[in-house]
Amino acid sequence: MPPAPKPVPADYVPVFFPKRQGGARAAGGPEEPRTSIVVVGHVDHGKSTLIGRLLADTGSLPEGKLEAAEKASREEGMPLEYAFLLDALLEEQAQNITIDTTRIGFRHNGRSFEIIDAPGHREFIKNMVTGAAAAEEAILLIDAKEGLREQTRRHGLLLSLLGVSRVIVAVNKMDLVDWKEDRFRALEREIREYLGGLAISPREVIPISAREGANVMRRDPKNLSWWKGLTLLEALTAAAGRQGVQAEGPLRFSVQDVYRFDARRVVAGKLESGRLKVGDPIVFFPDRKSSRIKTIESWGEEESLKEVGPGQSVAVTLEEQIFVERGHVGSLPDHSPVESREVRARIFWLDPEPLRLQAPVQLRLGTQSVEARIVAIDRVVDAEKLEAANEAREEVGRFEVAEVRLRCRRPLVYDSHEKVAATGRFALQRGARIGGGGIITEADYPVSLAKAVTGEHLTWTEGRVSSEARASHFGHEGAVIWLTGLSGSGKSTIAVALESLLFRRGIGSMILDGDNLRHGLCADLGFSLEDRAENIRRAGEVAKLMAESGLVVISSLISPLQKEREAVRSSCHASGLNFSEVYIDAPIAACEKRDPRGLYQKARKGEIKGFTGIDSPYEPPQKADLVLHTATEKVEESVGRLLEHVLGLVQLKEVDRASAGGPGGQI
Amino acid sequence: MSYLQHLEDQSIYILREAFANFKNMAMPWSMGKDSNTLIWLAKKAFAGKIPFPLLHIDTTYEFPEMLAFREWARKHYEIDLIVMVNEEARKRGVGYETHDPVTVTHELKSAALQQALAKYKWDALVTGIRRDEDSTRAKERYFSPRTADNEWEYRDQPPEFWGQFTTAVKPGEHVRVQPLLDWTELDIWEYVRREGIPIPKMYFAENGRRYRSLGCWPITKSIESSVDTLEGIVEELKTTKTSERAGRAQDHHERNAMQKLRAKGFM
Repeated sequence: MPPAPKPVPADYVPVFFPKRQGGARAAGGPEEPRTSIVVVGHVDHGKSTLIGRLLADTGSLPEGKLEAAEKASREEGMPLEYAFLLDALLEEQAQNITIDTTRIGFRHNGRSFEIIDAPGHREFIKNMVTGAAAAEEAILLIDAKEGLREQTRRHGLLLSLLGVSRVIVAVNKMDLVDWKEDRFRALEREIREYLGGLAISPREVIPISAREGANVMRRDPKNLSWWKGLTLLEALTAAAGRQGVQAEGPLRFSVQDVYRFDARRVVAGKLESGRLKVGDPIVFFPDRKSSRIKTIESWGEEESLKEVGPGQSVAVTLEEQIFVERGHVGSLPDHSPVESREVRARIFWLDPEPLRLQAPVQLRLGTQSVEARIVAIDRVVDAEKLEAANEAREEVGRFEVAEVRLRCRRPLVYDSHEKVAATGRFALQRGARIGGGGIITEADYPVSLAKAVTGEHLTWTEGRVSSEARASHFGHEGAVIWLTGLSGSGKSTIAVALESLLFRRGIGSMILDGDNLRHGLCADLGFSLEDRAENIRRAGEVAKLMAESGLVVISSLISPLQKEREAVRSSCHASGLNFSEVYIDAPIAACEKRDPRGLYQKARKGEIKGFTGIDSPYEPPQKADLVLHTATEKVEESVGRLLEHVLGLVQLKEVDRASAGGPGGQI
Repeated sequence: MSYLQHLEDQSIYILREAFANFKNMAMPWSMGKDSNTLIWLAKKAFAGKIPFPLLHIDTTYEFPEMLAFREWARKHYEIDLIVMVNEEARKRGVGYETHDPVTVTHELKSAALQQALAKYKWDALVTGIRRDEDSTRAKERYFSPRTADNEWEYRDQPPEFWGQFTTAVKPGEHVRVQPLLDWTELDIWEYVRREGIPIPKMYFAENGRRYRSLGCWPITKSIESSVDTLEGIVEELKTTKTSERAGRAQDHHERNAMQKLRAKGFM
């Protein structure tokens, strides 16, 4: 033991103050390109060996590591195992497999790389997901002798799902197939075809032998004389650098917290995409409160920040004291995100216990966390064959990928993954653990007629009775059935018949008639284009309220414009309500002939101006959920088809709860 | 955006996620370069005010220079600092004079931390560990749950992706929050230089020797070096092949010593 250190003199200065060499944070300092790479592939196709080889060949191992690996290999009675350089844990050395994601850096030709080693055993796929989600580039390893295997395909699928599209394929263990070119070319064709089906086009497909060190860093002119392409390291170096991770896009500012440590209210969060400047207007969803950026927090900065860009952690103060909290998403007034309770997504599930239809799960997107449930499983994809399973499914099992519709308890603010990756993907958590995730495949961007909420102190009061509880109490869900069609097409006749049929089945229903509304709620409105649009908006809001209370609302309005009907649809979907647009299709000649209220006659005489179909346009629905041909089919026939459609929409689906707790189906 | 900027942004995001999700968190602080980088990042994350206490586990084998640094930092950063000593073990006579370094480290660091956890009932601890320090640390998560016995279940770690972390724990359990996981030793020094972060003088050469890593004085060796500037440290690091913790005796006592220490709650 060394002698005890001497006490320091009273005037000792224990601190070294470095001379600052930074420059403004947004500008950034000097930088070496650095790329993170995930290595994936089937078990025993040589991932750890390749990583060990990369580290050894590039001289990136700390002193003593190679010796330690040699010693460990000797103790296990084996020749030097490159994999031991990484597999530091006792258990791994005993079993010769990789347990968890390992990250390790190496440098080559002035470039820095960080390798994320993802294990191949199927029970450890969650670690592969953890590794791959953080990577910019992937090396997919294939054993030249064994060829494509289950995990080769599954990892390919997960790469595409996690958004890692930059892929290099390395065909390893070429020594085991006598370095044959035709074997390599056959595998190259096969993997290119498979990845092509996932919209991944590998940048390179390269033959190597990690164990022999062939074509990793050094060429092997003796065995691979036929190979004229790149070595693996050349391919990696060519791709180096962080790019494409945070492309410019619309502003999305995920609020993490609001701090009030002093007199200021500091809104802290992350710029998922876009840029933000002092003075910019900003609207916070889902409340749609708007304000302006007053300052950008600059503790520790040499100069106060005026602008921040994508990927940055920022904190701002606002001009107005509006209510903002964790989970809110800031956007510029244009290019706003979707705000909806309905989410269409492709999900992957990792937990041993399957995720069942209608079972509650926590959906975490950015800093939002809402309870959600799967209300429809459209397709379960077999990761090996890339084919959809045929039978209808009521659960998503471990390691399965599925296309689903989720419904949230509260509105979720999101984008499609294609538009803004960071706000188009989410994790699913059950209990305390993250069990899966997904990307949002479709987003109905709002065609909203509503303006941003301008009242400063307005908040949304959340009731205690959930829509699920209401549905279960009434025995059916609420819905808005929006009948649209010309005057005289038969909307009222059909609405009245449907209402009574539903009522007799114990389904609470109510007609919302356009003319009736104009006697009260809309008495102040005329027939100008603005007034007609406002009439539709009010009718939509009333229908929504009634449907939220659990009723099936049958609205009967001409509603001639596509844009206005779409606005009602998107508003209903945003509230998680069922909405069906039903086109009552009858030729104008037939309507005019019926003319039950003599209105066409008056319009023809010019007594009524702006009459739909005569001197005002009617836009037939482009994608109606149901079309009823009232000129050619009998009323009973039309009503029958409509009843069937509505029942399919609002009747509760029976979920086989008896099966809960059993083992999950696996692919 | 520079890579250092990416690391800074990610660390700040992690610190804020931890503060938003846990009720009662603390930050163990060893006063080394990583710890001081962490203080700097926390000041940035929380607009100049660190809203949780810092914990220094005093092994009673601290360098006097470092104790002087501790008092300077307490005032300079306006931190709420808790100092914890495993008095019980010291009374039993546990010390480097009589015991092996693994035992002493366990008793005076890990057990002391355990005592602090029992006393203050923290549900999250912010640590300054980095993946490049040791191969077992390479397998860590940003949010790494610990059992009530302070154990790390490295065989069954939760998945972690897209900025979504494990934020729920059962009573008695806690989560290790590790904002520096992706940083390398070189990143730390380059960031210290970029930002001008004050650090202990002991990292710089005096009489031809300096410390690369700082621990208890009986088991921490200085290295031969004349480097007395940050630029010099960065240059020296770019050429060295000796691992950072080579000067720490407890890591090399037996094969997998670090693994065993960490499974029992060592950082």
